[in-house]
Amino acid sequence: MLEIKGLTAEVDGKPILKGVDLIVPQGEVHAIMGPNGSGKSTLAYVLSGRDGYEVTGGTALLHGQDLLAMEPEERAAAGVFLAFQYPVELPGVGNATFLRTALNAIRRAKGESEFDAMQFLKLARERMKALSMNDEMLKRGVNVGFSGGEKKRNEILQMALLQPKLAILDETDSGLDIDALKIVADGVNAMRGPDFSALVITHYQRLLDYIVPDRVHVLMGGRIVRSGGPELAKELEAQGYGAIQAAA
Amino acid sequence: MTAAPQPGAAGFLARYQGLKDHLPGARLPWLAALRSDAAAHVAARGFPTRRVEAWKYTDLSPVAQAGFAEPLTAVAGALTLPKPRCAVRAVFVDGRFRADLSALDGLAYRAASVAQHLDALEGMLGALAPLAEHPMTALNTLMFEDGLFLDVPAGVDAGHLELLSIAVDPGRPFAFHPRHVIRLGAGAKLTLLESAIGGSAQYLHNPVFEIDLAEGAVLTHGRAQQEGEGAFHLSMIHARIAAEARYDTMAVSAGARLTRMEIHAALTGPKASCHMNSAQLAAGRAVVDTTTALDHAAPDCASRQTCKTVLAGQARGVFQGKILVRREAQKTDGYQMNQALLLSEEAEMDSKPQLEIYADDVKCSHGATIGALDADSLFYLRSRGVPADQARSMLVQAFLHEAFEGLEDDVLREALTAAVDGWWVRHGTAS
Repeated sequence: MLEIKGLTAEVDGKPILKGVDLIVPQGEVHAIMGPNGSGKSTLAYVLSGRDGYEVTGGTALLHGQDLLAMEPEERAAAGVFLAFQYPVELPGVGNATFLRTALNAIRRAKGESEFDAMQFLKLARERMKALSMNDEMLKRGVNVGFSGGEKKRNEILQMALLQPKLAILDETDSGLDIDALKIVADGVNAMRGPDFSALVITHYQRLLDYIVPDRVHVLMGGRIVRSGGPELAKELEAQGYGAIQAAA
Repeated sequence: MTAAPQPGAAGFLARYQGLKDHLPGARLPWLAALRSDAAAHVAARGFPTRRVEAWKYTDLSPVAQAGFAEPLTAVAGALTLPKPRCAVRAVFVDGRFRADLSALDGLAYRAASVAQHLDALEGMLGALAPLAEHPMTALNTLMFEDGLFLDVPAGVDAGHLELLSIAVDPGRPFAFHPRHVIRLGAGAKLTLLESAIGGSAQYLHNPVFEIDLAEGAVLTHGRAQQEGEGAFHLSMIHARIAAEARYDTMAVSAGARLTRMEIHAALTGPKASCHMNSAQLAAGRAVVDTTTALDHAAPDCASRQTCKTVLAGQARGVFQGKILVRREAQKTDGYQMNQALLLSEEAEMDSKPQLEIYADDVKCSHGATIGALDADSLFYLRSRGVPADQARSMLVQAFLHEAFEGLEDDVLREALTAAVDGWWVRHGTAS
């Protein structure tokens, strides 16, 4: 379970999150929607521990563990996974090396045995097949020369390998055509189960047709201003954020 | 009890005066003349100061102010040699050839001590190494005692040879100046792995290479400088590359307190080529300097150069790369890239690309970047559970990767990668 209470954060001295309260029970998928500049990506970065995002108040616990006190790698070991809106290219770092290093770092942190190259390849190929990814993408530099859709699939592949407890998907739908969107959504849906929660951050309702959330929250001006069932996303699509702003 | 040696050029000149009748080849008139010429240059110029343009960024005063004695006459006791990387091996201890430690039997070419073959080196030793412009070459010419003479006849594929230099700590600063002479006949081939180690000894290692490649010869030259923090490593390569010949060098500088690897290469016949890649790493207050001058003197030649510098602590890095394209060198294809990664705010890099082009139909490009580790890349790796130290190491390796591209020889690749890895283990996590 993810429990966020009174979370405030600033970037370059400018307050962005102004008291976020949010609970995602274990096994549930929640969507965070909101207009540009409302603090959606900031929330994602604060939860995953990126430098430059200063927490000024509040708490964020994952299964009772204080996320905000941990280094980014410790949060990953505790089960947090951020699917980046703009996955980073790492020229000179082979994708296979990267994936195996990440997988083994997490396994090591959990006290599990590390995978050798053969075990890893077998697992990676299996997961890649499910995401319609070409084996050749293992040989290239991380995200180097990948199309937008390939980069997002590579994010979902990492999620599938690392098996997080909480996935934060930051605008994973941006830049995807409908086929890629379905593949990505299938990848997320395949993870769903009692030990997996997700925060799906999106600007549009479209993604939520494929990843149907248990709850939808609207983030505006650095606070959650409304929460509801999946139907809230449809309402937003029809009426826009203006109506909520007026009501809030 | 002996007095502390006199510092600077005067100290070397005084020692030369005392030694000159005992230096190898003292009875050879051509060599005596060459040494006396070198003495005149050393006396006139001494060690270059930073007012000399070629030495503007690298301060030699710690070398000029130190007093260096001779190496020990005989090194006592057993030496611990690193595991051989090639079956054929020439080992030098404090700059002197050690037949007992080397493995040079039954070769189809000559690989031997310079000191023992000076008779055969007239007209060759010194031919490619002008004294006037190069103070460290002049000092080497004045003082050299030994070196490796490699003479590969036309058409012979010599395979691999390892040239290992070991410095042994005598408990006082000393200097040695090996002179290596390498000649490959037409179509000959050689892969040379040059390594230098020196533990905690305080010394000046001042090797000079004269490399002469005849038509179609191919020399692949890997260099792993892993000397200790007490070492000054000032090396010079003078290379002449004839038509269709190729000289590829890939250097790793990862150790000494001051390293300058300087290369002067001339492409003298059509379709000659030269690759000069380097990875230089420095931490603490160490200084690393790659200085190169490439002379395109014939048409249809190609040159490629990638220099990668990684600096931690208060280290300083220098890259000076000159490419001269003469009027007759039409259709020259030149590429130069130098990039530096600063792991600390106190590290400093000076970069000076210099292109001088007189031909009108050439393709020459160059670029330079200096930056820190990319914060986004670091966060991306850490968000996947990779600990910060390991993430930094991966990104540094990735940064260096390009310098090793095109290095197809496994023996060289393993040796050079090990040199980089060793440096990272010693210095990387502290940065």
